[in-house]
Amino acid sequence: MKVKVLSRNPDDYVRETKLDIQRVPRNYDPSLHPFEVTREYTRALNATKLERVFAKPFLASLDGHRDGVNCMAKHPKSLSTILSGSCDGELKLWNLTKRECVRTLQAHEGFVRGVVVRFCGSSFFTIGDDKNIKQWKMETPGYGEEEEPINTILGKSVFTSIDHHHKDAVFVTSGQQVDIWDEQRTSPIRSFSWGVDSINCVRFNPVEVVNPLSGLSYPRFETQIFFKVIMTMRSNTLCWNPMEAYHFTCCNEDYNLYTYDMRYLDKPYTVHMDHVSAVLDVDYSPTGQEFVSASFDKSIRIFPKDGGHSREVYHTKRMQHVICIKWSSDNKYILSGSDEMNIRLWKANAAEKLGMLAPREKAAVNYNQKLKEKFQHHPQIRRIARHRHLPKAVYSQVKEIRIMKEARSRKERNVRKHAKPGSMPVVTEKEKHVVTVVK
Amino acid sequence: MAASGETSLENTHVGKKKRLPKRYWEVTDEEGKTDGKKQKEDHVQTPKLTDPKIKQKNTRGPRTGGGNVISGKSDQFPGSAPIPNEKLKKFKRGEKGKLPPRPHHKLRDAVVRSEAATELAQKQNARYDLLLPEDAGFLEGDEDEDTCTISQDDIADAVDITSGAKYFNLVLSQFGPYRLDYSKNGRHLLLGGRRGHVTCLDWQSKQLMCEMNVMETVNDVKWLHTEAMFAVAQKKWLYIYDNRGIELHCIRKFNDVLRMQFLPYHFLLATASATGFLQYLDVSVGQEVAAVCTKAGRLDVMAQNPHNAIIHLGHANGTVTLWSPNQKEPLVKMLCHSGGVRSVAVDKTGTYMVTSGMDKKLKVYDIRSYKPLQSYFLPAGASCLALSQRGLLSAATGDVVQVYRDVWSSPVTKPYMAHRTKGTVWGAHFCPFEDVLGVGHAEGFTSMIVPGAGEPNFDGLDANPYRSSKQRQEWEVKALLDKIQPELICLDPGQLSQVDHSTWEQRHQDKVQALGFDPLAKEKFTPRLKTKGRSSSGKVEKRKKQVAHEDQRDVIRQTVEDRMKIEKERKEKENKEAAVAGQKSALDRFRK
Repeated sequence: MKVKVLSRNPDDYVRETKLDIQRVPRNYDPSLHPFEVTREYTRALNATKLERVFAKPFLASLDGHRDGVNCMAKHPKSLSTILSGSCDGELKLWNLTKRECVRTLQAHEGFVRGVVVRFCGSSFFTIGDDKNIKQWKMETPGYGEEEEPINTILGKSVFTSIDHHHKDAVFVTSGQQVDIWDEQRTSPIRSFSWGVDSINCVRFNPVEVVNPLSGLSYPRFETQIFFKVIMTMRSNTLCWNPMEAYHFTCCNEDYNLYTYDMRYLDKPYTVHMDHVSAVLDVDYSPTGQEFVSASFDKSIRIFPKDGGHSREVYHTKRMQHVICIKWSSDNKYILSGSDEMNIRLWKANAAEKLGMLAPREKAAVNYNQKLKEKFQHHPQIRRIARHRHLPKAVYSQVKEIRIMKEARSRKERNVRKHAKPGSMPVVTEKEKHVVTVVK
Repeated sequence: MAASGETSLENTHVGKKKRLPKRYWEVTDEEGKTDGKKQKEDHVQTPKLTDPKIKQKNTRGPRTGGGNVISGKSDQFPGSAPIPNEKLKKFKRGEKGKLPPRPHHKLRDAVVRSEAATELAQKQNARYDLLLPEDAGFLEGDEDEDTCTISQDDIADAVDITSGAKYFNLVLSQFGPYRLDYSKNGRHLLLGGRRGHVTCLDWQSKQLMCEMNVMETVNDVKWLHTEAMFAVAQKKWLYIYDNRGIELHCIRKFNDVLRMQFLPYHFLLATASATGFLQYLDVSVGQEVAAVCTKAGRLDVMAQNPHNAIIHLGHANGTVTLWSPNQKEPLVKMLCHSGGVRSVAVDKTGTYMVTSGMDKKLKVYDIRSYKPLQSYFLPAGASCLALSQRGLLSAATGDVVQVYRDVWSSPVTKPYMAHRTKGTVWGAHFCPFEDVLGVGHAEGFTSMIVPGAGEPNFDGLDANPYRSSKQRQEWEVKALLDKIQPELICLDPGQLSQVDHSTWEQRHQDKVQALGFDPLAKEKFTPRLKTKGRSSSGKVEKRKKQVAHEDQRDVIRQTVEDRMKIEKERKEKENKEAAVAGQKSALDRFRK
């Protein structure tokens, strides 16, 4: 007779001393782990619920301005520094880690229309309603020194926006015309104008070109205009995708944002809809996967770059019309400047835990993330993940807009039904908002 | 291997001056030498390379040409180590799907990536299998010795002391017969005597946790999710006690309970009562989840399918019914025996069901297709069936417990083991993760050794027999968080991960919803009103008839046209062939 019976030595399965961690022998045999899918589903559901529980995006409010915050700029070298200009011509430098203002200067008379930091981070430019372009040092003037700009250029007309080149000593302003300036000269090296429209916003492409708004783009230092897209309503600002430099997103007065591929400007690549009032500012995340938009409807929304609807909406009771928005360079925070003189600091990922994570914590976060992704289309999970609280005004307006849209499409459908076949071609949402493309 | 021995002899370092190992930048000056060496090696290895097996091995790994090691020696086993196919099969989850077509390149990429991850996980699991510490037990007789004749005493003598101590008898002749239950990790044993004796103990260390008499009939006992709580079905109500024997709850909603099953991942206690009710109690919140009237009389045969948490009930008319808490009707009703059903057991993987009936038959079913696989005739019939983790079946006939091996794959003639207890068997259960079968009978309890019954390697995060109280607390929290909702109990537990393809009707309905009208709807023909007697009912009917079956007419017209076209083509072809054939024969004049 040959016999073997299971006989385990407990020493192999329990820890030796109390100082050790517990032993956990594993056996991955699927028959020992029944209900794999349903358990994962339950975990995914719990993770989704917890995400909603921990979604507390608001971090801090920076107050100190005495008028609405009109523009903001990120520092290219320092994560903790931002600059903000207000409607009374005051410019403030903030330290985000301390959450306090480190420097205040009266930059202009009237609005500060734009502020941009030079790529080296040693100085910054401001433009204002007093037709001035001023260059300032980043360092705080020493004791007894006057707060004075390094350079001041008096322009011919009011400027609306400014942007600096990413490596050269060249910057560009917009207003009645687009001017390209050399830092060393007091007159623009090149000026472009077309029609009578004024230009709202001009941005250097992170790779090569300039793109002024109301839609033109052309290569630098060549007088030829590439394209002009005429849309149904005014576009306010635009932002280039930092990772895919041929994509840019502009925010429009018609509540939508439009992402264009600059190679095919005849219709937008994606239309982003969700805001219920004019969209005033937009900024891309440094990863180029998402962007954040600020709107007149007192809310901030985060959109995926190729998604038609927002994944997140931020609002507070006290926040008024949001005028400017920035996504921090470490992809973690969002800064919003609004009408009621405050700059607010938000988390880019509402449920994210800030600070250092223990390795196990990190593993758990990753695991939950994957589970949420895996089961995201299940109705119960999707319902919880999509649920957001909205201010009453926005909520009712969303409903109203939806009803209006349905009514419009119903009418169109009925008209088409009774029209001669083919006489009413279907116009897609993307084509609807573009009037013409001028070459 | 002899060849490699030769090489090692040739390259022996005995008597040579020790040299520093060659570095990668020293290639140029010694190239000639290394070439020579390589040639030598090649020469030695030629017989090896012709060996087809070795060649196969070489091609299997992803890193081919592993000979370019800095030291100049060729790798004898290039590539990653091969994994046996049956191991890979064990960890396989479903078939590989078809890739989506090229235009959906993003989806395609995602599918390819996830499939690669799955494959990697499968391979790593299969590799990890090698590291499992324990092997399963076995019992083999000598030549012409039946394993079923080997007595428990002999086995207990042959094995080591701790294992030998697992064969023991508890003589409890006063309050029997006994029902029993092992906790999920196999550490604790719960005994319930018919005449009210309830006791729980750590059976390996023989440490008594509590012992009491509830002064009532005890129909069944069951551990709940941990060894801190157990349920006892008494004469009238269902009671829950803690491990010190303190009554925690008396649940008046559950009366006349005869049998109980605990679903550990759902935290559900399923009870079958004498009044024909199947009830589910959620033990984490203490609420009744569902009460199903089975309309099948007294329910004293019950089993659970551990794979999908479906409850199997055996009835006096020979049927076995399958139940979930979400449905008032049985999911499946199977006629298994010509007499009443005496006992039911379902195996761990949810593939096989074993039933025994009053017709003295023992039957094995495949419960994926509900087909009978084997049918055995036992002269005395079997009362208590139990299946072990590794698929051993124990069947009690009177006071004899027989253990069978592989009842489903091939017809079995002899039991694997047999043991006679002192009284009639009342309950039998295999202990999880141990080679032990617990038998409750009229004269007490017998724990017998059944080599090869238990799963040798447990998973520490699922059921750990050696867990500390701290670990148990942590496990409890995690298990409660992962509690599966009772709505998710269904026949196929993997259904949640499958794609819910919408039917044509559903898609059509969505389209109608989106468009606001049905694009496929036919407008009913209403004849226009005409004057001068042309709208008399006869005329109207005639006009209706003219347009009636218009769609069918279209089809008919089309088919007739097609047929004529084919006919024409055929004729043309024939003519052509005739022309090619050339000369006309005299008989052609008779051709039509």
